[in-house]
Amino acid sequence: MPRLTKDDVQPVGFKLNGRPVVVRVTPRTLLTDALRHEIGATGTHVGCEHGVCGACTVQVDGEPARACLMLAHQADGCDIRTVEGLAQGDALTPLQEAFRAHFALQCGFCTAGILMTLDALFSRQPDADEDAIREALSGHLCRCTGYAPIVQAALTARNRIKGGPIDA
Amino acid sequence: MKDTLDSPLVGRSVARVEDPALLSGRGRYIDDLPVAAGTLALAFVRSPHGHADIRSVDIDEAQRAQGVVAVITGQEVAARTRSMTVGVKADVDCWPMAIDRVRYVGEPVAMIVATDRYLAEDAADLVVVDYAPLGVVVDPVAALSEDAPVLHPSLGGNLINERRFRYGDPEAAFDAVPHRIGIDVTYPRSACTPIETYGVIASYEPGEDAYDVTANFQGPFSIHAVVARSLNVPGNRLRLRTPPDSGGSFGIKQGVFPYMILAGIAARVAGAPVKWIEDRLEHLSASVSATNRQTRIEAAVEADGRITALDWDQIEDCGAHLRAPEPATLYRMHGNMTGAYDIPNLAIRNRVVLTNKTPTGLNRGFGGPQIYFALERLMDAIARQLGLDRLEVIRRNLIPADAFPYRTASGALYDSGDYEAAMDRAVTEGGLAELYARRDKARAEGRRYGIGFACVVEPSVSNMGYITTVLTPEERAKAGPKNGAQATATIAIDPLGSVTVKVASVPQGQGHRTVLAQVVADKLGVPMAAVRVLADVDTMRDAWSIASGNYASRFAPAVAGATEIAATRLRDKLAKVAAAQLNIAPEDVSFAAGRIAAKGNPDNSLSFARVAATAHWSPGTLPDSVDQTLRETVFWSPPGLKAPTAEDGINSSLCHGFIFDFCGIEIDPETAEPKIDRYVTMHDCGRILHPAMVDGQVRGGFAQAVGAAFLEEYAYGEDGSFQSGTLADYLLPTVMEVPDPVILHHVTPSPFTPLGAKGVGEGNCMSTPVCIANAVADALAPEGKAPDIVLPVTAAKLAPRIFGDEPNPKNPVPETEVGPTTGGRKLTGEGRAVVKASRADVWQMLLDPATLDAIIPGSHGVQKISETHFKADVTLGVGPVRSRYKADIELSDLDPPNAVTLSGQAAGPLGTGGGHGRITLTDTEDGTEIAYRYEAEIGGKVASVGGRLLDGAAKVVIGEFFRALARHCGGSARSGLLARLIGLVDRIRKGGRS
Ligand code: FES
Ligand code: FES
Repeated sequence: MPRLTKDDVQPVGFKLNGRPVVVRVTPRTLLTDALRHEIGATGTHVGCEHGVCGACTVQVDGEPARACLMLAHQADGCDIRTVEGLAQGDALTPLQEAFRAHFALQCGFCTAGILMTLDALFSRQPDADEDAIREALSGHLCRCTGYAPIVQAALTARNRIKGGPIDA
Repeated sequence: MKDTLDSPLVGRSVARVEDPALLSGRGRYIDDLPVAAGTLALAFVRSPHGHADIRSVDIDEAQRAQGVVAVITGQEVAARTRSMTVGVKADVDCWPMAIDRVRYVGEPVAMIVATDRYLAEDAADLVVVDYAPLGVVVDPVAALSEDAPVLHPSLGGNLINERRFRYGDPEAAFDAVPHRIGIDVTYPRSACTPIETYGVIASYEPGEDAYDVTANFQGPFSIHAVVARSLNVPGNRLRLRTPPDSGGSFGIKQGVFPYMILAGIAARVAGAPVKWIEDRLEHLSASVSATNRQTRIEAAVEADGRITALDWDQIEDCGAHLRAPEPATLYRMHGNMTGAYDIPNLAIRNRVVLTNKTPTGLNRGFGGPQIYFALERLMDAIARQLGLDRLEVIRRNLIPADAFPYRTASGALYDSGDYEAAMDRAVTEGGLAELYARRDKARAEGRRYGIGFACVVEPSVSNMGYITTVLTPEERAKAGPKNGAQATATIAIDPLGSVTVKVASVPQGQGHRTVLAQVVADKLGVPMAAVRVLADVDTMRDAWSIASGNYASRFAPAVAGATEIAATRLRDKLAKVAAAQLNIAPEDVSFAAGRIAAKGNPDNSLSFARVAATAHWSPGTLPDSVDQTLRETVFWSPPGLKAPTAEDGINSSLCHGFIFDFCGIEIDPETAEPKIDRYVTMHDCGRILHPAMVDGQVRGGFAQAVGAAFLEEYAYGEDGSFQSGTLADYLLPTVMEVPDPVILHHVTPSPFTPLGAKGVGEGNCMSTPVCIANAVADALAPEGKAPDIVLPVTAAKLAPRIFGDEPNPKNPVPETEVGPTTGGRKLTGEGRAVVKASRADVWQMLLDPATLDAIIPGSHGVQKISETHFKADVTLGVGPVRSRYKADIELSDLDPPNAVTLSGQAAGPLGTGGGHGRITLTDTEDGTEIAYRYEAEIGGKVASVGGRLLDGAAKVVIGEFFRALARHCGGSARSGLLARLIGLVDRIRKGGRS
């Protein structure tokens, strides 16, 4: 394998919300920076760049992952899903609707990451109980809501989507 | 969403208009905004020292680095700016970047403009700053002592302002009562740390000498004047804009303003727009924090618990510089220093000191947490000392319901309230009796369970003049009066008759746009969807004033109030237009369901849009009494907000909400972990415009207060090192730590605001920390003297009180230990190793640069300066975080070939280290045993972010050194000597990018 220097720009190809994308970035470019500043998909947010806040959470091949802890090159060939890929057209998903109905967001900065985590949880575990939901949420920091409305929204969404695909 | 047009929208929890975009990744936060082609990235070089003189800043290598357009030092910034305005009369400068001295860890020392952020940060590592460390003071009381290191020599000490106040006759009141009861409290530093960090985009047009700055600033826009003055331009040459969305602020984003100045200068020097997005380490170490405060408070108390006087002595720690609007934290509550109590006599001594910590600024609750912590702990102490029921002591002192509007001793005019009724309802509806039963049961089972109370008056809509209470009446007279709180709102009608509302409230997630759409839709009788609201600011285009922005919980009372006034004016004009067209009197016009109709005759009606658009399409048909209906701008300043009086009376805020909280807390018998069992919070925030948003503010403030009470502290070592530089060190509460409080409301509308609303955003940040502390005190010691509680209340702090001091372990193995949390990031350790070489050979090797070069991990060369002086250049790192350090090692106390002491300093981009170690060599059967013992201290970025890893990292590097030495000796041993050296250096690696 050729040794790359920090300045070598190489193409990286992955699927973003179902569409193929190619970005040309240096080896050290973070996935967050590639998504936000190369592709312009700014829905994924950056709160700490050290893996604690969860704001940057995306789905990599269906699993939630912190995009700030991934290099863009690690996404090569992967299926990446971000908050922009949740709603189909103008219609919000039941999860997004539940967040709106329960006032589970204020500034919305943490929200994208939380939605991606819950979306992944419910696809894997449509009947996740409150403990499982809290466990999943515990990897996310929200400074605005005090969390209770987020838990409520997640429970409502789960009840609506139980048994069905999240995007139905 | 569906509107039911016959019931008003205000007062209902309608869905937020902000949400569809925010839920779909279409928010427009600062880092999402498009920038001009050619926009460059900005990065900062920051001080690793708490206090040091800058001997030199060498930017040569950085300037030559790839992608670098400009490297700018503090000298250069100073040459192009003026010192930022300081809010007190004092001989002191306040620069946005250090010039010849750094005074806190993280203070900007230089900035790099480069083609991208990665390259800018690379170049920042190449700036070589030569520091001469100075003595450090981080404690505000210590800062006042004669021999404390002085941060600003021009001040002659660290006390930058002192004022004494006297209202009523406090001395006589104290003489007249049987009890003088006092406590000392320490309130630590924390901050509400939004999840989005600071961001600034700036450009400069030399042809007009004008700056254009976009920042996720939150106001107050009085800061616009500070920035323009510092940039040396008139106000109209600083265009300040805010992005449509902001990722939380809670006061903190007021503190972005020094970076507006710096980014403006960077753009000017680089000749291109620049953009800076702060990283988390920068944010935690150098954005802004709440003040920490040391308070002595005493009360004159009658036998029945009634308080007749309070005596406050407050020492406020504003950090390294007094940045605008400080010392506002100390004065924001000046009108309500007697809280919810009817106390006629008051004495206050306020001292503001500077220490080697981050400068302070706005933070949710602003001044409230500090005073209520003292006042409500005092109420607990009074109840204890007099053997009275705590609730009874509170009740006996509450301002009676018939006393409103109530003038406090220090001049505030409380607008409305029925404190006792609110409290009674909370006791009943919140289930206090049941909580007492739970406590009794827990105690009967031998568990530690406590109940705490807090009673708080929550001010909102700050009088911009309160800050001048820090000046003497004479100084104020000279400077001219300052007062008021201008709120602005503009409502415009377009040619299709739809409605646009523009305010300068700069929300950071509170849903202002939704609430204003409700208010205006109600007033004009149109559906919410017909009203569109903008709330971000452009100072060149919008109506704004110094009070604009989002702080002091001013939205519902002031901004929504101004909007209500504007909507009413527009409606009254439209009524005249419609009356002419409908052939009725203006008084007989009604607005409902998108139509304007004759009252009682809905058939005689016109569509709202048609009437509204008249002024566009046929202005000639407007009745003479109507000038135009296209646009209405209202500037509203509440009349009651007067400047401080000659006697220092100040109505510091327009509205005064009321909060009564109680909670039950149990301390885990095994882990000493305190846990909230139940929390009840009663609010009177006047009329409620949107119940779900009000409860959202309560829950959000509560969660932040839970963090402040149990987890959060901006920790500094005695050497000034900042020790909480990541979110793994500065712990924010997660869903696991925040219970859902029981929220209750008791509404007494404010007579002073157009909608009857009061602010509600900050109350729980004031009430909850002390309510929790009171409960913990009750759990620790139900009777007798009040235990001293210092936040955050952690298991580690409670454990010694419950279990006594930890016994010494049976098998002590502390080979290395991290110093106590109060000290610097100190590492000490010892170890031994055996190598297969004679003592004399080992001695030789350890003094030979070539050998050392071969065995020091990551060495790029060891240079022998003299027999006892070496210089080494090494790369050290933990995992991916590597950096290069220059180490300087001196040998002393040489006892060849038996023992030697090494002392050294190491410095690199990630931090600094220094220390000393003693190595002793003794013979063994087939070789030499090397014993070492070291003590070191580290500072800078590594200390901030890597504390918990340093110890292990030190061991690993020392181990590597000895393994290499053993290999060099041809044996299989481990040992160490320069190790300690390395030990020093090594504590240095680790750290985040940036
Ligand atoms: S930005 Fe990735 S976890 Fe915080
Ligand atoms: S909604 Fe603001 S951080 Fe969660």
